[in-house]
Amino acid sequence: MTGDVAVLGAGMHPWGKWGRGFVEYGTAAARAALADAGLEWRDVGSIVGADTVRGGYPGYVAGATFAKALGWQGARVASVYAACASGAQAVNTARAQLLSGLADVVLVVGADAAPKGFFRPAGGERHDDPDWLRFRVLGATNPTYFGLYARRRMALYGDTPEDFAQVKVKNAALGALNPYARYRKRVSAEEVAASAVVADPLRLLDICATSDGGAALVLSSMEFARRHGAADPVRIRAVSTVTPRYPNTVLDLPDIATDSAAGAPPPDETFRASIARAAYEEAGIGPEDLSLAEVYDLSTALELQWYEDLGLCGEGEGAKLLREGATALGGRIPVNASGGLASFGEAVPAQAIAQVCELTWQLRGDAGDRQIAGARVGLTANQGLFGHGSAVLAVR
Amino acid sequence: MVTDWFTGDGDGFRLLGTRCSACVSVFFPREDGHCRNPACPGGELEEVPLSRRGRVWSYTDSRYRPPSPYVSDPELPWEPYALIAVELEAERIVVLGQAVPGITVADLAVGMEVEVVPGVLDEDTETTWTTWHWRPAEVTA
Ligand SMILES: [Zn+2]
Repeated sequence: MTGDVAVLGAGMHPWGKWGRGFVEYGTAAARAALADAGLEWRDVGSIVGADTVRGGYPGYVAGATFAKALGWQGARVASVYAACASGAQAVNTARAQLLSGLADVVLVVGADAAPKGFFRPAGGERHDDPDWLRFRVLGATNPTYFGLYARRRMALYGDTPEDFAQVKVKNAALGALNPYARYRKRVSAEEVAASAVVADPLRLLDICATSDGGAALVLSSMEFARRHGAADPVRIRAVSTVTPRYPNTVLDLPDIATDSAAGAPPPDETFRASIARAAYEEAGIGPEDLSLAEVYDLSTALELQWYEDLGLCGEGEGAKLLREGATALGGRIPVNASGGLASFGEAVPAQAIAQVCELTWQLRGDAGDRQIAGARVGLTANQGLFGHGSAVLAVR
Repeated sequence: MVTDWFTGDGDGFRLLGTRCSACVSVFFPREDGHCRNPACPGGELEEVPLSRRGRVWSYTDSRYRPPSPYVSDPELPWEPYALIAVELEAERIVVLGQAVPGITVADLAVGMEVEVVPGVLDEDTETTWTTWHWRPAEVTA
């Protein structure tokens, strides 16, 4: 298919709180991805970085910072910022260059050294920044939004805190099998229930941590892949980077209010659902074709929401799908076989790239103890603050 | 900080938004530039008070002290507050706000009627920063 690009290499730096700089994590991941691809950095015609803030530097940096660390070699460079969707936009930028013939091989890198505790907005009095305003006016941290979504699910669909805890139990069991995950211990439902409430009804073990980490991909044109001897590589078939449609009627992080539906009818589907649909439509593939999905489990309850938004089950049936074991390893459609953010934590510019790394390993049959038998089609789903969609569909 | 986001005292307290004269979309926080409805040719944006009462869309609380720029006294023990997302029927909008002090998640339920009241965000020796709070409608204290 002419729209495909090949994934020649995938690499990560283990996630955790390592206390080092993001450049180190990113270059380690990049070197791993290049080694996996059997290519030299000198062979790469373009580098795309998912942005992060360099301490003390007034702005976001990525692509050229990694290029310098790897050794200046004159590659084309781009850097993209789209909050949690930065990694997907980096993949999409690379794909656009490959499909247009601007480059044959592109290195995509994302890495971060996250702050401890809650994410918080940049400093200063920034009254025109919705992210600053929600903290200043409401003290609304990210977990409070996750709590709102969780409580809403309980009221609408009858989900219980025990259902949410089972998402953590599942993902922790998978993360225990992943050498790149930060948390590699199984967790019991009792341990979730015994952890402190952060934002009712969610507890500490329902909410993902912040982490350091890095992830990288080597992407190429299909023609280059053939010349390179990769006859049947994992292929990226679609990348969704859609924005919401007006009026966005689900209260969305970091907003203080939704759009009003008084002047225009709300769209047929939510923003999150539209992210997945755009990927399915571009790929000509539906949810029934998926072997696995990697979704953005900022909280346990949010993972259940994604099941529905991805079309893995009907609205309100996420907890039922989980209870049936469909989304566990060995189930009909395993979700977050990597262990998810529950096991990795957030390293914002890296996480959407890390999801594609997991798809790559799974579709190649290289995922070790967490391998999904016969995996052929995988989808990632993610959402970037301020209206950035993010989904990548890969096939083998 | 959020001047022009609310007005009035007591029972006259209201959140202030703006409404497009062409498509009647309502904006809160106020939009004074252009109507954001992509299907709208763009009308005048007029200031309007929002409905005083609405129903709880969802709620949660903040058991840990939020980071700056939220202002709280680090010398005092942290007192969790509830946050309520409220659906206003006429405007077809959901507006987030803190609950009045003393209301906890145990006092709330999705669908419950609440009303907007003035509240204090923080204060120092010179200034009191006011804000809006949501209060269950049957609570009159
Ligand atoms: Zn309008």
